[in-house]
Amino acid sequence: MIHLVWLVPFLPLLGFLVNGLGRRYLSRSLAGIIGSGAVLAAFVVSLLIFLDVVKQPEEWTGQVVTLFDFISAGTLHIPFAFQVDQLSALFLLIITGVGSLIHIYSTSYMHDETSEGFARYFAYLNLFVFSMLILVLGANYVMMFIGWEGVGLCSYLLIGYWFKNTNYGNAAKKAFIMNRIGDLGFLLGIFTMIVAFGSVSFSEVADKAAVLGPNNNTIAIIALLLFVGAAGKSAQIPLYTWLPDAMAGPTPVSALIHAATMVTAGIYMIARSNMLYTLAPCIQTVVAVIGLATAVLAATIALKQDDIKKVLAYSTVSQLGYMFLALGVGAYTTAVFHVMTHAFFKALLFLGSGSVIHAMGGEQDIKKMGGLKKYMPVTHVTFLIGCLAIAGIPGLSGFFSKDEILAHTFVSNKLMYAISLLTALMTAFYMFRLYFITFTGKFRGTHEQEHHLHESPAAMTIPLIVLAILSVIGGYVGLPEVFGMGNKLEEYMAPIFKLSAPFAHVHEHLSHNTEWLLMALSSVLVIITIFFARSQFRNYEDNGEVRTGLAKVLENKWYVDELYDAIIVKPLGLLSKFFEDAIEKSGIDRLVNGAGRLVHWGSQQARLLQNGQVGFYIFAMVIGMVVLFVIGFLFK
Amino acid sequence: MPVQYYIFLSIVLFCIGVMGVLMRRNAIIIFMCVELMLNAVNLLMVAFSKMWADAGRVDAAGAQIFVFFIMVVAAAEVAVGLAIIVMVYRKSQSVDINIMNRLKN
Amino acid sequence: MGMSLQQIVFGVLSIISIISALGVILSKNPVTSVLCLIVTFFTIAGHYIMLNAQFLAVVHIIVYAGAIMVLFLFVIMLMNLNAEIEPQKRSWLKYAGAISGGALLLVLLAALREASVSSLQPGAVEIGLISNLGKTLFSTYVLPFEVSSILFLSAMVGAVVIGKKEGHES
Repeated sequence: MIHLVWLVPFLPLLGFLVNGLGRRYLSRSLAGIIGSGAVLAAFVVSLLIFLDVVKQPEEWTGQVVTLFDFISAGTLHIPFAFQVDQLSALFLLIITGVGSLIHIYSTSYMHDETSEGFARYFAYLNLFVFSMLILVLGANYVMMFIGWEGVGLCSYLLIGYWFKNTNYGNAAKKAFIMNRIGDLGFLLGIFTMIVAFGSVSFSEVADKAAVLGPNNNTIAIIALLLFVGAAGKSAQIPLYTWLPDAMAGPTPVSALIHAATMVTAGIYMIARSNMLYTLAPCIQTVVAVIGLATAVLAATIALKQDDIKKVLAYSTVSQLGYMFLALGVGAYTTAVFHVMTHAFFKALLFLGSGSVIHAMGGEQDIKKMGGLKKYMPVTHVTFLIGCLAIAGIPGLSGFFSKDEILAHTFVSNKLMYAISLLTALMTAFYMFRLYFITFTGKFRGTHEQEHHLHESPAAMTIPLIVLAILSVIGGYVGLPEVFGMGNKLEEYMAPIFKLSAPFAHVHEHLSHNTEWLLMALSSVLVIITIFFARSQFRNYEDNGEVRTGLAKVLENKWYVDELYDAIIVKPLGLLSKFFEDAIEKSGIDRLVNGAGRLVHWGSQQARLLQNGQVGFYIFAMVIGMVVLFVIGFLFK
Repeated sequence: MPVQYYIFLSIVLFCIGVMGVLMRRNAIIIFMCVELMLNAVNLLMVAFSKMWADAGRVDAAGAQIFVFFIMVVAAAEVAVGLAIIVMVYRKSQSVDINIMNRLKN
Repeated sequence: MGMSLQQIVFGVLSIISIISALGVILSKNPVTSVLCLIVTFFTIAGHYIMLNAQFLAVVHIIVYAGAIMVLFLFVIMLMNLNAEIEPQKRSWLKYAGAISGGALLLVLLAALREASVSSLQPGAVEIGLISNLGKTLFSTYVLPFEVSSILFLSAMVGAVVIGKKEGHES
C-alpha cells in the first residue's frame, strides 16, 4: 500500500480541479459530495497506509517513494519524493480524518452560499488538504516548502472567502504577509542547508548534521531560521497576531486550517528536524522560551475576549505555544501527541462554536448568548466535552498530552513548569468562562434570535459527536508509563527520533511518585478553577460595564497590534510614501515620461518626411543606397 | 574579353534607369525605366552564366532559367501595371505621378 | 594588341544601347521613348547572342519587343500622349535626380572596378541552346515553372478586373 501513497494527495487535487473548474456547473450537493468524497477516499488510503506502517518491524525507519526528478542543478538533486514513516503516517490520519469530518460539516454549514461560491469553497478546501498532505509527505525540505506555501495560499484564500467585506480581505492579507515573513526564514534555512550540506532530503541532512556534532554554529543558524518559519506558520511570538484575525474566514475553515492542521505545520517541521534541534541546545531553549511566552500571553488575552471565535483562536495560539514548549524541552513525541489531541478537541470546539453561530444567525458575541443548553443539546454536550478535554480533566485526551508536557517541563526547568501550570489553569478558566456564558444562564439575544434557535442538522452534529468521542479516547494511545502499560505512541514514534536520541541532553528520570503527584496537583487545581469559573459566570448578566485597567489592556490584546502598527506598519508606510512621491513620481516617472515625450517629438518631426510624393520616396531610397554602398566600400 | 565590361555596361544601363525614374513624372516612362533596370540585371546574369559555363559548371544554365522567370514576372507586371495606369488616366485624365500623392494619411 | 571582332561588336552594341537608353529618359515625346527602348532591347538581344544565350535572345525579342513594348505603344497611343502635354518636373528636381543617379553610378563603378572575375572565352558553349534549357526547365525548375502559370493567370484576372469600366459610375 505504501507505494500508492501518491494517491493520498492526488485525490484532493482531483477534487480541487473538478470543483474549481466546474464551479459554475456543479450543484451544491454535487460539489459537496465531490469535495468530501475526495478527502474521505484519501482518508481510507491513509488508514491503509497507517496499518501498513504499524505492521512494519521495529527497525523500519520509513520508505521514500520517488515520483520523478524535480530539480537537478549541478550536484544538487531534489527529487519529487514522498516519505512514508511513522510521523507522516500519523499526520496523514489527522489531516484526512479531521479534514473529512470538517468537509462533511461544511456541506451543511455553508448551505446559504450560492452554488458557485459553494463549489469555490470546496475547491479551496480540497486544495488546502492537498497542500497540507504534500507538506507532511514530502521527503525533503523543498517539497515541504511547496506544501508550506500551498497551505499559506489556501489560508489566504479561505480567510478572504467573503472577500467583498474589506475587513476580511485585510485579515487575509495580514495572514499572508505575516506568513511570508516566516517563510523567508524557512527559505533562508533551506539555502543555508544547501550550502552547508549540499542536500535538502531529511535523511541526508540529519546524517550530515550528526557528523558535525552538537553545538555547531551552522546547525544552530539553520535551526533558528527554520524556527522563524515555524513561528510564522504556527503563530508564535512575534508573528502570532494574524491567527486571531484569521477568524474572519468561515468557521469550518478556522477549525481545519487555523486549529487542527496548518498551524501545526511548524511543530511537524521541528519534529521532522529533531536532529538539528537536538544538536543545537541553545536554539531549543529559544523554542521553549518563545513557546512558553506565547502560551502565557495568548492565555491572558483569551481571558477577556468576548468573541466566541477569538477566545478559541487565542486558545489555539496558547496551545501551540505548549507544543513548542514541548519541542523545546526535547519531548518531540509529546508535542506530536498534543498536536493530535489538540486537533480533536480544538476542531470539536470550533465546529461547536460554528454550530452556535449558525443557530444565532451569525452572532459571535458571547455577551448576547446564554442559556443555549436547552436549545442545542448535542452541541452543548459535545462542547462541554471539548472544554473538559482542553482544560485537562483526568481521563480525557487533553489531560494526558498536557500532563506529559508539564512533566517533561518539570524535569527540564522548575520555573517553566510553574508558568506552564499557571497557563493551564488560565486555559481552564477562560474555556469555562466561555462555556458558562454561552450555554448557561438566561438568553440575552434579541427575541427574533431566540425564536430562531435550533439544533443544527445531522451533517453538523455527527462530526461533532465523532470528534467528541475522539477527544475522550484519543489520549489513550499515549497513556503515560505510570499507568502500567508502556506508552504506545512513544513506541510507535521511537524510530523517528532514534537517531537524535544519543545527542539529547539526558535528564534524570522522573520517579513515578513525583509524576503521580504532579498529575494530582494539576488536576485538583484545574477542577478548583472550573468551579471558580462556574461561580463567576453561571448566571452571567451583561451589565454593559466598561473594562478598566489590566482588563482593558487584556481586552485590547496587550495593544500588540497597535504596537506593530506604530513601529512597523506606519514607518513603512511613511517610507513608501516618500519613495512614491520623491523617487517614483518626480524621479523615475519623469525619466520615463521624458523618454516617451522625446520619441513623440522626434516622430512629429520625422512625420514631415512622409509627404505622399512617390518620387521623393524613390529619391530617398536611391540616396540611401548610395550611402550604404559608400559605407560598405569604405569599411569593407 | 573580361566580364568587367558587361558589369560596367549593366551598371550604366541600370543607373540610366534610376535617373529616368527620378527625373520623369510620366508614369509610363517611369514604368519603362523600371523595365530597363530589369534588363540591365538580366544582361549581367546572362554574362555570369557564360562565365561559369566557361569554367565548366554544368548548372550555369540556372542563371538563364532565372532570367527567363524574370521575363515571365515582368510580362505579368506590365499587364497589371498598365491596367492600373489606364484606370488612373481614366479617372484623372493624366499620367502624372504627382497626382498620385494619396499615400499620405 | 588590336581589338578582336568580339570586342568590336560588343563596343558597337554597347554604345547603341547606352545612347538609346539615354534617349528613353531624355526625349520629350513618349512615343520616341518607346521606340528608343525597343532599340535598347534589340541591342541587349544582340548581347545575349554574343553570350551564347540564343534561346533567351529569341524569347527576349518576342516578349519585350513583340509584346510588352507594343502594349506600351498601344497605351500611349490610346491616351494620345505627346510632347505638349507631357508633365515636366521642376528643373532643380531633374538635376537632383540626375546627380543622385550619377552618384549611384560612380559609387557602383568604384566599388566593382577591381572586382576580380575571370575572362570570357571566345569559344561557344551549349548551355544556352533550347534543348539544354528545356531539359533544365522541365526537370529541376518544373515547380516554379508551373507556379508561374498561376502568376500569369492571376495577373490576367487582375488586369481585367482593374482595367474594366466600372458600370455603376458612368
